[in-house]
Amino acid sequence: MKVKQRIGVVLLGFCTLLVHPVVIAEEAVSITVGSKGFTESVILGEMLRHLAGQTGIEAQHQRQLGGTRVLWNALLSGEIDAYPEYTGTLLQEILVNENLQTEIELKQALAKRGLRMLPPLGFNNTYAIGMKAELAERLKLHTISDLKNHPELVLGFGNEFMDRADGWPGLQQGYQLPQQNVRGLDHDLAYRGIESGTLHVTDLYATDAEIAYYKLRALEDDLNYFPVYNAVILYRADVEQRAPEVAAMFKRLAGRIDAPTMSRMNAQVKLNGEAESAVAAGFLKQALNLDVDYQIQTAWQRFWQHTGEHLVLVGISLSAAILFAVPLGILAARREHLGQIVLGVASIIQTIPSLALFVFMIPLLGIGGPPAIMALFLYSLLPIIRNTYAGLKDIPPAIVESAQALGLPSRARLRIVELPLATRAILAGIKTSAVINVGTATLAALIGAGGYGQPILTGIRLDDIGLILQGAIPAAVLALLVQGLFELIERGLLPKGLRIQTSEVKSAS
Amino acid sequence: MLVISQVSKLYGDAPALAPTDLQVPGGETLVLIGPSGCGKSTLLRLIAGLIQPDSGTITFEGTELSPENILQIRQRIGYVIQEGGLFPHLTVRDNVTVMARYLRRDVSWIDSRLIELAQLTRLPEEMMNRFPAELSGGQRQRVSLMRALMLDPDLLLLDEPLGALDPMIRFQLQQELKTIFAQLGKTVIMVTHDIAEAAFFGHTLVLMRDGRIVQTGPFKELAQTPAEPFVEEFITAQREPMAQLVEALR
Repeated sequence: MKVKQRIGVVLLGFCTLLVHPVVIAEEAVSITVGSKGFTESVILGEMLRHLAGQTGIEAQHQRQLGGTRVLWNALLSGEIDAYPEYTGTLLQEILVNENLQTEIELKQALAKRGLRMLPPLGFNNTYAIGMKAELAERLKLHTISDLKNHPELVLGFGNEFMDRADGWPGLQQGYQLPQQNVRGLDHDLAYRGIESGTLHVTDLYATDAEIAYYKLRALEDDLNYFPVYNAVILYRADVEQRAPEVAAMFKRLAGRIDAPTMSRMNAQVKLNGEAESAVAAGFLKQALNLDVDYQIQTAWQRFWQHTGEHLVLVGISLSAAILFAVPLGILAARREHLGQIVLGVASIIQTIPSLALFVFMIPLLGIGGPPAIMALFLYSLLPIIRNTYAGLKDIPPAIVESAQALGLPSRARLRIVELPLATRAILAGIKTSAVINVGTATLAALIGAGGYGQPILTGIRLDDIGLILQGAIPAAVLALLVQGLFELIERGLLPKGLRIQTSEVKSAS
Repeated sequence: MLVISQVSKLYGDAPALAPTDLQVPGGETLVLIGPSGCGKSTLLRLIAGLIQPDSGTITFEGTELSPENILQIRQRIGYVIQEGGLFPHLTVRDNVTVMARYLRRDVSWIDSRLIELAQLTRLPEEMMNRFPAELSGGQRQRVSLMRALMLDPDLLLLDEPLGALDPMIRFQLQQELKTIFAQLGKTVIMVTHDIAEAAFFGHTLVLMRDGRIVQTGPFKELAQTPAEPFVEEFITAQREPMAQLVEALR
């Protein structure tokens, strides 16, 4: 019982340690903005960061967090203070159950949750249906209704659009479209298909940079089928008390960004490879005459920053996992029933998809490092527990009994005989955990914890293999290094007597 | 010295040991003998406290064995098993002295005791820093015996101590062991399935079958006045090959 209590106390302490930095961050006057995992959102997030920074208040930007839900919950819990959102997403997705009709109702619903919404920024990033301008011209197509006369056209839509009720199924019904040749594929690949001529029509986001680049024409939604996705800034009402000057700054964006401007900025980042920060600063200078002092990190600075973040994630979570899992493995080996429960729970944790586990941690620990460390910690438990358990169970009974027969108490047997004999197995478990941990930590960027996952995410977003490799290669190297480190530790820890091959045995009595 | 009273043990539903009584006088060598699965090892493990009896009591020098006092009592019992049960990660020296060091015995006492035991068991001193994997089977049993004797126990338990050795070394060690037992004058309980070894060592033989003691007494008594036909069968079965050898040499 004593042991269990002690484990409980340590676990509690560990959780407090994780939560603590978050608490401190809220007390200081600083503003954190967030953005979703696509270029437009990141650019708008950078604008918000620059605007908040103009007031002299410290401002951070949690870039490309993993999806609408993550940002919404982070905003509600105060992990972030503001992020760019779309009215359509609020009405059709986040607050769909409230059946809101007007913008006023929406504002009221947000106010109930302690949130504010700025007037629209000035562009409507709705779905659109597009095709090569040249082909549209040749077939004299201007509206979606015009498609009815051309059943021979091949349609290809993003997977999400194919599945959503308000996507292709609704569109087909609404416009009575006759086309039979319709396929689902990745949104980015759809542009390539259009370019090569294997596809004729696809879904677009109205401000996609690719519209201009691939010379596409967005067909007019003449039946007003698509809902409006006005871009807005959501922020916490308490910003107006904590930093009224920041809220005032944010308000200056309202109505200042029209669709062509947004589309051009997207193109600057996605097609010309300019930094989001620079594009956002350029816009603020031009539209609001603000001089933003921004720094763009060099590749090396980024590399060291990501390395540092990754090492912190792996170092803390793996160390904690070792401290917990080895005793749990011992407990499992000593008490058969409890052992099955411990192994069962650890196995169940392992089956949770890693992204889901990261997201589960957000309500408990917010976004950023702490939830990522907790998730990585949980993931690292099973291999160590299982190998410690197996290592102890595999000790020949004759040796265990010999130690008992000498009169050594249980604790001394463990320390003097059993743990040294299980060293190799335990270290093998730790090595497995370390490799899994380093790899899984790349997903931590999705909840704002940074690390090598950050360039990988950005690389996927910008379709930049080089950027992806900037994260993937160091992560692979780090995994090898960590494994090498434990090989060295094994050399030091493994008792000499266990390294001797039995073939060296000399004959004679 | 040791009084076993109505002790029994079940493994699952099968009785490994029926309620058994046995008394071992001090200074004597008692040999438990019988075919595989007769309960002789179970009895020895019960005495060492490695398993708990389902009924009955074991009294060691007037103290009844219990989970509370077993750790204390084990320090007064030496235990040697087949293959030695040495700790592979510890040197010979550390294997022998592990318990003495755990009890924080005086270092110079430990050193002199170690030398004394090495001489007694005729283990060369240069072996002290070797690991078990670097020793031969016979050497390992010598080390195991040293470890069992380290704290100068009152009772020595040996479970087929020579069972895994080849016949030449086994013969040599039998001679040496008997000399050591005589020299030390300790109470010894040994398990074997070899009747010649039993007769060689034992003042008293305890022949067991199916978890029961069939007959207790000196070898001569068992051979001359067997309590059941089984006693005679058991002895004959092992004597016959020898007789054939002797015959062939004539």
